Amino acid sequence: MSDAAAIPADAHAHGHHPDLQHHFDSLEQQHEAATLGMWLFLVTEVLFFGGLFMAYLLYRVWYPEAWAAGSEELSIRLGGFNTVVLIGSSLTMAMAVRSAQTGYRRATVGWLLGTMALGLTFLVVKFFEYKDKFTHHHVPGYDFHIEGAHAGLAGPMEIFFSLYFTMTGLHALHMIIGFGIMSVITWMAYRGRFSTQWSTPVEMSGLYWHFVDIVWIFLFPLLYLVDRTGQ
Amino acid sequence: MSHISPKSTYYTIFGILMGLTALTVFAAFHHLGVFNFSVALGIAITKATLVILFFMHAKYSSRLTKLFVGMSFFFLMILFTLTMTDYLSRGLKTYPGGAAGAGYAPPRAKSAAHEAAGEEPREGEAAH
Repeated sequence: MSDAAAIPADAHAHGHHPDLQHHFDSLEQQHEAATLGMWLFLVTEVLFFGGLFMAYLLYRVWYPEAWAAGSEELSIRLGGFNTVVLIGSSLTMAMAVRSAQTGYRRATVGWLLGTMALGLTFLVVKFFEYKDKFTHHHVPGYDFHIEGAHAGLAGPMEIFFSLYFTMTGLHALHMIIGFGIMSVITWMAYRGRFSTQWSTPVEMSGLYWHFVDIVWIFLFPLLYLVDRTGQ
Repeated sequence: MSHISPKSTYYTIFGILMGLTALTVFAAFHHLGVFNFSVALGIAITKATLVILFFMHAKYSSRLTKLFVGMSFFFLMILFTLTMTDYLSRGLKTYPGGAAGAGYAPPRAKSAAHEAAGEEPREGEAAH
């Protein structure tokens, strides 16, 4: 503050927006700070998953046959279905943010519930995919073995499945955390906490949700669609 | 304050994302040689870019936010490039006529040899 005299004796006497924190000049500035902070968090998330993608890239270059064989064991049907579900949930999330920005409370709650339903659908499908891997002994470190023509690739294929479980597992964990965040945001929206002036929490949760969607956008072709031509 | 996109933008982007998903599955079943990986990756990068620009509003964000978005992928490229430069050059001769880096050949060659001998390729990995 350049002009100390401008500060009223009672800080709450003036009619500022109830959601404007005192260390910000305006809601615009507060929103900009929140957006920047959220993106900074997402930068760390990109690099967090980046390390795993790095491991994936190196082992894929080293063991292309094992990657093709491992990928064949995954269901394109289920993976593709989940891709559609997750991109669909990004659409409902974007619509939820838009509804919050334009002040439609019921629509916001509706779109958020839709996002949560699609997120849950994804996790249920993922559960059955994992269950199938346990049945077929494709879980590294848990009676892992490969039968048939690819038996000789069992070692590197175990690396493929280790990365499959680590990457999709951490992705699923992000989905579960996202589901928790959405529950809180939906409750806040239902209680009428957001307005056309202030809907930052919905927007920030949206950024997180879209990021998780982007991780899957890469995981789907990299895990399910390796060398499917069977050369 | 924050940008409000028309509904049609979101539906259009969703439609394009669905189309690209179908395309990546379609392309995976066609023999494109070394380009299969590039095509799959190219489509994924295009999809991610659309999500970042339109769903995440990066297109309408401040220049500082845009810088942060770009920064994450800049550092990701450093991670990939420097690591791959290291690993993929370990088997190379360090000077003309010199010996190839002993023990640094990609385990892929070893695993193929073990496969031919009917062995588990595990020992080859243990060397690393």
